[in-house]
Amino acid sequence: MALIASDRAKIRVEHLSFFYGENRVLKDNNIEIAESRITALIGPSGSGKSTHIRVYNRMFELYAGQRATGRVLLDGADVLDRRRIDGMQLRSRVGMVFGKPTPFPMSVRDNVAFGLRLQGIRGAELEGRVMRALQDAALWDELKDRLGALATSLSAGQQQRLCIARALAVEPDVLLLDEPASDLDPIATAQIEELIRQMRGRLTVVMVTRNLQHAARVSDYTAVFYLGEIVEHAPTNVLFTRPSERRTEDYITGKFG
Amino acid sequence: MSDHLDRDYEHDLATLRDKLLLMAGRVEVMIADAMRALIGRDAHLARKTLEVDHKVNTLEVEIDELCMLILVKRHPMARDLRFVVSALKMVTDLERMGDLAVNICERCIDLASLAETPPYDDIPRMANIVQQMVRDAMDAFVAWDLEGAQRVLLSDDEVDELYHTIFRDLLEVMIRDRASVTCCSQLQSVAKYLERIGDHATNLAEEVIFMVQARDVRHHGKR
Repeated sequence: MALIASDRAKIRVEHLSFFYGENRVLKDNNIEIAESRITALIGPSGSGKSTHIRVYNRMFELYAGQRATGRVLLDGADVLDRRRIDGMQLRSRVGMVFGKPTPFPMSVRDNVAFGLRLQGIRGAELEGRVMRALQDAALWDELKDRLGALATSLSAGQQQRLCIARALAVEPDVLLLDEPASDLDPIATAQIEELIRQMRGRLTVVMVTRNLQHAARVSDYTAVFYLGEIVEHAPTNVLFTRPSERRTEDYITGKFG
Repeated sequence: MSDHLDRDYEHDLATLRDKLLLMAGRVEVMIADAMRALIGRDAHLARKTLEVDHKVNTLEVEIDELCMLILVKRHPMARDLRFVVSALKMVTDLERMGDLAVNICERCIDLASLAETPPYDDIPRMANIVQQMVRDAMDAFVAWDLEGAQRVLLSDDEVDELYHTIFRDLLEVMIRDRASVTCCSQLQSVAKYLERIGDHATNLAEEVIFMVQARDVRHHGKR
């Protein structure tokens, strides 16, 4: 599907296939991810959604026996070209947050500062960036007096927003969210959703979710995965009311899952 | 609407469809009985038909409730969403049709007390067409039949033409015979009610088209 006219592609995926050993789990994926928009990836368990986004920042290369073929162009440069794009640098441009909150066993401040310190940022700039990231993650007011507290002592929702703050602190171009609200109660989920909505216009977000309502509420575009293929990709308002593909229709109306 | 993994959901959707069909059936019978009461000058039948309206109203409330429950519990999507949204709109049209059948019955009661009425063959013809429109719209609803729904839209033109003919003919009778004014104005009202029932049947068909095709055909001018 072409993006709507006013949107431009931040990421262009061309003929992407992915293999766990000999097992091909992504089959010729082609998709354009709109810049500064929120794209949701939906589909049954095992359909390849998480595998697909793990290619965007080459997260997979940290594991043996996994390989990707095809091209993933981030602003025109192929992130799969290891000679030209360094994995660490790529992962600071393409941040990632997982379903289960993964705070480091250190203070709130040190969690957010972690990536910044790796980039050599110190002193007042570091403090300013930590504050801004916590503000962006809607945590500053709640935690400004507890920056020294252990991150693991926070509630699950706060921990997840802290992980988002940690990802935002290094000012990525793209943020990948893998089931960001799967472990949270409805209030914490609503806070995360509001946070994601606020990223619209500033950051390109790609979000994997099994929660269709979550995708419908938050995203601008939705792509449907099934057995490693992208079945349909369309503006969210269109996809959830009048999908073009029968497999999309059957999945979102609960005829298979 | 078949093969949902969730059997309760499947059951809710089937119940919604069945209740809508039951409501449409009751409305059809009300229109038919109202016309029999008109032709037979049968005030008793007209009064009996009036009483059916509360059953239609009860179904309206039940269907609204069921739609709300489905929306809140199931978060329907795609064709299921369009089905429920269409049902919510159709129920309002059906309820209004029931009210219009009541209005016809009230005119029947008045007319039955009058000594005589002029011939009005076109009114039963018009009633037959609108009843067929309701039936066809509901058949299209059950079968997700786009072409069937589109045919209903065409019938409405015929109803409108008949209404204008009836209105003009009765006006001429009234001009010629001032004693017929009371009777003819009652018959004009009956024709107007039937014309509006035709409009609501058109709405039903438009809602079916939206449901099947995800395309809104309302307010697109003369078809």
